[in-house]
Amino acid sequence: MQDQPKLKIKKRSNFVLHIHPATVLIDSIKFNRTFGLGGMALLLFLIQSLTGILLRFAYVPSPDKAYDSILYIENSILFGGFVRNIHHWSGIFFVIIAFLHFVRVFYSQAIFVPRRVNWIIGIALLILVIFSNFTGYLLPWDQLSFWAVTVATNMLSYIPFIGEGMLRIVRGGNDVGSATLLNFYNFHTGILPITMILLMIWHFWKVRKAKGVAVYEGISDYRVPSYPNLVLKELVTGLILIAIIFLLSALLNAPLQDRANPAYSPNPAKAPWYFMGIQELLLHIHPFFAFVVIPLFFFGGLIWFPFAIREGRQGEWFHSEKGKKLALQAAILALILTPAAVLLEEYILHIEDWLPGWPKGISEGLFPFILLGGSLGIYVFYLFRKFKASVHEIIVALFTVFIMGYIILSIIGIWFRGEGMVLTQPWNI
Amino acid sequence: MKEKNIHTNSKLETRNSQPATSRRSFLKRIWGILGIVAGIEMLAVFSGFFAPGKRNLSGTTQTLVVAGNVADFKLNSVFPFRSGKFYLARFSDGGFMAISLKCTHLGCSVLWNEDKKEFMCPCHASSFDKNGVVINPPAPRPLDTFPVIIEEGKVKVDIGKPVRRLAFDRSQITYA
Repeated sequence: MQDQPKLKIKKRSNFVLHIHPATVLIDSIKFNRTFGLGGMALLLFLIQSLTGILLRFAYVPSPDKAYDSILYIENSILFGGFVRNIHHWSGIFFVIIAFLHFVRVFYSQAIFVPRRVNWIIGIALLILVIFSNFTGYLLPWDQLSFWAVTVATNMLSYIPFIGEGMLRIVRGGNDVGSATLLNFYNFHTGILPITMILLMIWHFWKVRKAKGVAVYEGISDYRVPSYPNLVLKELVTGLILIAIIFLLSALLNAPLQDRANPAYSPNPAKAPWYFMGIQELLLHIHPFFAFVVIPLFFFGGLIWFPFAIREGRQGEWFHSEKGKKLALQAAILALILTPAAVLLEEYILHIEDWLPGWPKGISEGLFPFILLGGSLGIYVFYLFRKFKASVHEIIVALFTVFIMGYIILSIIGIWFRGEGMVLTQPWNI
Repeated sequence: MKEKNIHTNSKLETRNSQPATSRRSFLKRIWGILGIVAGIEMLAVFSGFFAPGKRNLSGTTQTLVVAGNVADFKLNSVFPFRSGKFYLARFSDGGFMAISLKCTHLGCSVLWNEDKKEFMCPCHASSFDKNGVVINPPAPRPLDTFPVIIEEGKVKVDIGKPVRRLAFDRSQITYA
């Protein structure tokens, strides 16, 4: 009789924990193998679902009432502001953590068969996380959200042939208005989370099918029970994350500016922070290249990589010691050259004026793009000649250049662009 | 059970070999076509819901804005009609032009600067002259215009249809 309750507990925990195998390799659950990023992303999804469901009880998705319903949440609901803060900060964390998870998976080379399909599912999930945040950005209907979404959706219009049509479908009309708000609300609280749940189930199942996280060859095959060894680590990581979010939400309020006014753009009007890298790029290169060609190259390349080069050293950080060295070198290079290029372009070179009289698509688009591509080509040649780098190592280095470049461009766009998008110091904004 | 099924199936196939397979492939094709038709129907339903512009949630269908009497507008000046999304410009020869305030770069609202006689975009520092023509990029083309109709001494602007243009010419100006 005494065994009965014990058995019950065991059964229940087994049901919740069947996401894990019964035992795991002891080396695969070291924190610095994954940094717990995937698990954190799942936790953030759960936090967002819970707080989102709560906010949905009070929020009204119409331009007349949206802003007032936010004020109502902030002022009249017990802990309403706190819940909104948690939703806001977790949303930001979600984008960052999902991005870091993506970077970690790439650097640990866990992208080849049998993880190849899962790599693509993961990229899809990353894009969905970003779109979830973006669709949520509009909902408060204040000046910040209205103009960020106006500017960011307008980038669509630069996609040739279909861009204008896409823009009208996304906005539900010519301008950001009631149809846009309803579209975004529906995506934010329905289509996107449901799609993410389906993809996540597929994502986790694929991880299990690939026998857990990628581990390098020659690892010890000593296994330990998942419960408590792995579960305890997840619990601690999760609790720390929750503690950080709660602390942040208690100290810093989610922004709420004046009610949206379609007639007055704030100066400067900026896209959401994760699109600021693209908006910064837009200042230097024709929108078609900034918004279409370069992202297509990046994501296309990432999907192409495990299909074209079928084999890789899964679980081996940066592919090899040389890859690690080259990645570090590439990071430093991008760290120095990206701001240098922005400054040079802004004050000295004015590349867009070099080919006067040419169509803008060429003088401001193709030409700087070729300059950029050419310098990357020279860099690849240099890696190949000087270091005898393999294809994997070159791609690791190029990935680093792109990631670091985007981070730097984002930082410049977010903190160093003031009125009229002129370069300035962060304290002048 | 499963094995038995397969068994009967194969038996069936061997008994009347030719006609059965062609009938089956015919039916399969019918299924395929029905599937495509169902897909198109679904797409039509979806597009009905997503079609932009049809969902007029605010309830206003009136796109003709009465700006005022012709005589009320001074020559050589620009009048903001921010609720109507345009500036009404009157030139020195008495002509009118309704210029959209939506910047052609990324859609911010431009502001008229009376001192410089320029439309300035606060987002990316594009500027336009009094005709709406680009002075300073990144804006790729002049500001859109709205059709101006002058009836019985009143200036009316149709804000339903913005007109795209690549350059300024005098035909864009409406005279009383």
